[in-house]
Order: sequence, then C-alpha cells, then structure tokens
Amino acid sequence: MTTARTLYQQIVDTHTVRSLDAPGQVLLYVDRQVLNEYTSPQAFAALHAAGRSVWRPASTVAVVDHVNPTTPERNARTMVLADADRARQVSTLAENCQRHGIDLFDMLDERQGIEHVVASEQGLVLPGMVMAAGDSHTTSHGAMGALGFGIGSSEIEHLLATQTLVYQMMRNMRVSVRGQLGAGVTAKDLVLALIRQIGADGAGGHVIEYTGEAISAMSVEGRLTLCNMSVEAAARGAIVAPDDRLFDYLHGRARVPKGAAWDAAVLAWRQLRSHEDAVFDKDVVLNANDIAPMVTWGTSPDQGASIDAVVPDPEQESNLTQRRSMVRALEYMGLHPGQALDGLPISHAFIGSCTNSRLEDLHAAARVLRGRRVASGVRAMVVPGSTSVRQQAEADGTAQVFRDAGFEWRQSGCSMCVAMNDDHLQAGDRCASSSNRNFEGRQGPGARTHLMSPAMVAAAAVAGTLTDVRRWAAQ
Amino acid sequence: MEPFHQVAGVAAALPPANIDTDQIMPKQFLRGINRQGLSQGFLFDLRFSAPGQERADFVLNRAPWRSASILLTGPNFGCGSSREHAVWGLRELGLRCIIGTTFGGIFADNCARNGVPAISVPMAELDRLMTLATDPDRCQLVVDLQTQTITSPADGQQLHFDFDPLRRHMLLHGLDAVGLTLQHAQDIQRFEQAYFQARPWLATTASDVNG
Repeated sequence: MTTARTLYQQIVDTHTVRSLDAPGQVLLYVDRQVLNEYTSPQAFAALHAAGRSVWRPASTVAVVDHVNPTTPERNARTMVLADADRARQVSTLAENCQRHGIDLFDMLDERQGIEHVVASEQGLVLPGMVMAAGDSHTTSHGAMGALGFGIGSSEIEHLLATQTLVYQMMRNMRVSVRGQLGAGVTAKDLVLALIRQIGADGAGGHVIEYTGEAISAMSVEGRLTLCNMSVEAAARGAIVAPDDRLFDYLHGRARVPKGAAWDAAVLAWRQLRSHEDAVFDKDVVLNANDIAPMVTWGTSPDQGASIDAVVPDPEQESNLTQRRSMVRALEYMGLHPGQALDGLPISHAFIGSCTNSRLEDLHAAARVLRGRRVASGVRAMVVPGSTSVRQQAEADGTAQVFRDAGFEWRQSGCSMCVAMNDDHLQAGDRCASSSNRNFEGRQGPGARTHLMSPAMVAAAAVAGTLTDVRRWAAQ
Repeated sequence: MEPFHQVAGVAAALPPANIDTDQIMPKQFLRGINRQGLSQGFLFDLRFSAPGQERADFVLNRAPWRSASILLTGPNFGCGSSREHAVWGLRELGLRCIIGTTFGGIFADNCARNGVPAISVPMAELDRLMTLATDPDRCQLVVDLQTQTITSPADGQQLHFDFDPLRRHMLLHGLDAVGLTLQHAQDIQRFEQAYFQARPWLATTASDVNG
C-alpha cells in the first residue's frame, strides 16, 4: 500500500473536514470563492429563503464582469445599464454583498475585471488552496499551485452557507510537455493541441497536473491560460506545482502575505509537489517542439488544427458520432473539407476573455501590430482582462499600439467571449478570437468563431485572414 | 428538492456529441435572478427557428416526444459553462432524467442538485435505447433509481446502471444538501481552527482576518 500522493490528492487531503459515507467522498473545505452577477443571485435567494447566513464572508470576493458594458470610456454615465434585466443583476449582487459584508469590485472599482483575471492579480488564490466559483473557467487557478474548479448556483449556496462542498475525489492525469515551445507558439497553442489530442471529454473525471520542461519555462500568465482552458477537455481541475516563477509572480500582490509571513508561507509552499512515486491514472505526453500555432475550424474546442493544415474531411473519420459532429460543424462554420485555413477571410478580431487578456497577451499582440494596420473590412477590438491590466497597458504604451493599428481599445469584462452584454457578432460574421469556446452561437447567433492565441488574432486582423503569426515578425 | 424514485415515460433521443450548455440555455435566457421561466430557453435554437416558431422536425416538437420525461444524449452532453440555468430549464420543461455515456462534470453535479439524475451507461446500451427511442411505439422507458435499472418494455430488457451512492441517497429522499452538511458544523469549525493555526501566514492576508 503506497502512501505516495499526487499534488492534487495532497491538496484534497489538507482540505478534508471529514470523509463521507461513500468511497472517495469528503466534505471539502474551500479557501476562496469569487461571485459574479449572473450565477450568484439564485444562490443568495435560496440561502435567504432557508434563513441561513454566509459562513465566512471574508473568503469571498464579488465581481461584475459578465453583463457590464465595455465601452471605451468608463465613468458613472457610461456604466449605467439601460437594460433593466442586467441592471437588476448588478444591483442584486450589490445588495447581497452589502447584506453579508462581502467585498464587491463593482463596475467603477479600479480592481474590477474578469473574475479569474482579478483573482490572480489580487493574489487572492495562494498555493495549496482550494478555490471554487460559479464559472467553469475557475480551473485557471491551478496556475497558482491551487485546486480550482467551477460549480453551479446550488453549490454556490452550499459554499456560502458552509464554506465546504460535498466533494467526489477525481482521478489523476499527468500531462508532460517535453522540449520547448517554438517562436510564435504559446500556452494557448499548447492547450489547443492537447484538447485536439485527447478530445473535448478527454480529461473527464480527472484533475490534470502539468509537468515538463515547457511548463517550467512557461510564465505564470501562460500557465493561467493553460489551466483555464483545461476545462475544455472536461478536466475538473488543472494544476502546476508552485515554483520560484510563481513566487516571483505572487510577491507583493494585495492579498499575499508580507514580511516574515511571506517567508513562512514560501517555505511551506515549496513542499507542494507530487511525490516521486505517486501514481497517475492517465499519462499524456506532448512534445512542445512539434506544436505549431493552432486555430480551431469547428464548433468544439477539440476541432482544431495547425494553421498550415487544411479543413479535415469528415469522410476520413471512422467514429460515426464524431463524423456527424464534423459535418454539422463545417456546415455551421461555412467551410468545406480540404480548404486551407491560412488565408480564410475574417470579418472580426477579438482579443479578450479570461483565457487571454492579461498584460503578457496584450504585449504579444502589440508586437505584431506595431507599425501595422488592421485590414479594411475587419472590425478589431481588444478588451483587457481587468481595469488594472488596462491601466498598465495605457502606461507602457501598449494601448497606443492597439489604437494606432485600428483596434478598439475597450474597458474590461467578459465581453465578446460570452456575449452577454452588447458585444456580440451577427450571423455569418467570422471572428479570429483569443477566447475559449467556439460553440455554436457563443459570440452571437450564427456567428463563426476561430480560437487562437492573441498574437495569432493580431496577425489575422492585419492580414484580414487567418494567417501564421510566424510570418509576421515584429517590425 | 423533489425526491426521485422512478420515472416511467417517453424517452427522446438527442444523439449529437458535445451539446454544450450555451446551446442548452442560450445567453438571452440568462438575464434573470431566479430559477423560473427557463423552459422556453431549453435547446432554444434546436427547438425554435424564431421565438414562438417551432422547428417541426425537431424531436421534442413531435408526438409522442413532446411529452418526453427522459432524454437520451450523445457524449459529453452539458459540457462548457457552469450555468445551472440549463438544468432549471429542462426540469421545468418536464424532463426528469438524462441518460448518456458521459456528461459535462458541472452539469451532472447541477442535475443531481435539482432532482434530475444524469445516468451514464455503456455506448452499446445507449445505442440500443436510442434505437428504441426513435420508434414512437417503442420509446417508453422505466428508470428506477431505487433498483438502479432502466427497463425497456418494448424489448423486454432491463439494464443495471452504476450511480454514486451518496447522490442516489440524496435524490431518493429529496434531501437538502446544505442542511445535511450543517449537521457537521462543529467539524467544520474544528477544522478551520486547526487549518488556520497550521498556516499562520493566512491570518495576515486581508481576507482571512476573521478566519
């Protein structure tokens, strides 16, 4: 009987309040949660109906991110929501936070932004923690050496009331990424390559731990992208073990311990790694050197290909269900088998979302855009992940590069990734997008989404077509 | 939560893979602050060509499947967004049970919290059930959570399925999960005390001062 544990298992172990009657089920203590305006009101309503209170309000932060406008100006006038339903969602969140003493980053707060961008930016999630939120992309926080996962509104209610969740232990998957990513190839390309390889349900019932040279060399912002999109392979969590790169990232952030407490914390955090002989239920190996810039051609995140590939032929697919999905996807996307992806004309370019809207993402896009212009007929917009990212990009000149290139430089929010505010596409629009989901209708009914890295979006915006960013060296 | 013991009714087949929660409950139906009024939004673009205009060829718009209480789904049904609205909508429409091979994880959790078991069966069995479900005279199924069986009167077969025991117990008795957990409130308090004592640095971060 081995006692070797994966990092994931160790985090669950240290958060187990008690085991429950069924095998593998525990009452799991949760350190942090972030609330948003559209999945939390029903949780509060149920809490109030049962006459219950919030167990530990200080573990929670609330952010308005899904329905707020991203108009280029942000002030008390532009942030009035003309739409009564959205206004009610925002005011309900404010009332609930007020009532329970929960910290709210409202639309005009300088800490406002997309919940997952804000949480890491503020240092809210620390190594070894458990983080849950009413948004599937909560897997992002694995980049902090933490366990993060999304939950529904009923579980938000449970978490608010008890600070715990009834939790079923997941299986362990190790994804080892050997070698190094080439020039112009990013964490986004890596995760799209992984999802293509293992499928949209390839990590179902598993928590992924990422290891290997390419992960060690990857920035924390890159790891956030990687862990964020792991949910698109159905992962129930995605972790990178903490290292010096992470400690450098965390040091000095608002919610991170300081002074002697910092030193004590780092000492403890250095112990957070899978034991040498820990057993993983599944092992996946990728060679980073083999990965080229990726784009999706279909309506599921696993329907992707290298930019130099052609649209695949459903006739070559042996699995009947998959073949039908491909046929339907190609019809929706207006593509045909054998068509080159490179050179496919676009109407829109979108840089934003919790996947790719951090400063590093904007810098990568700006390197391509400097001295260039968005192609005529293309509407290009950039929506920074947080108000803080926006301010930093204003200060270091990145914002001006976007403006000079003809991009709309907007305020932060989920925006056209989920299109729950006024930022959406029309039927038939074709968008190069740095977001995370190419689902039918995601960016607007009938809209066609091609997922790719921010630099690839920038190159596409300039070319007016999907293109290989490696041909668009910085000027 | 309404208990779930058994449902006997019409099963409708929805074979495509990866039907995500954006399709199950599109964004225009995410504007509320409660759980009601979402049946209209369920699979909106598949069911309707425009508001109030049904697509006549879609399974849930045809007899006898219009009154389906069981939905048979392709792989990874409910992937994507965590929106519980997807489950509130299908429940309000009268669906009581989902049967497929795999499901989006958060979606399956949400189903369990709303009295709707999401049951995984092997691909070959699902294919058999889907074939029955496409025949208006053979599409009746009986799903029993007590005995963990799916009976198909048309071919006389009975299929046993695995189901998470705790989740099954909660569903059978319609239990309030929060109330059950609060029975362990003292355990949670004891855990918190030890947890923060072992991690003194947490007490220095603004968010844990009252931990």
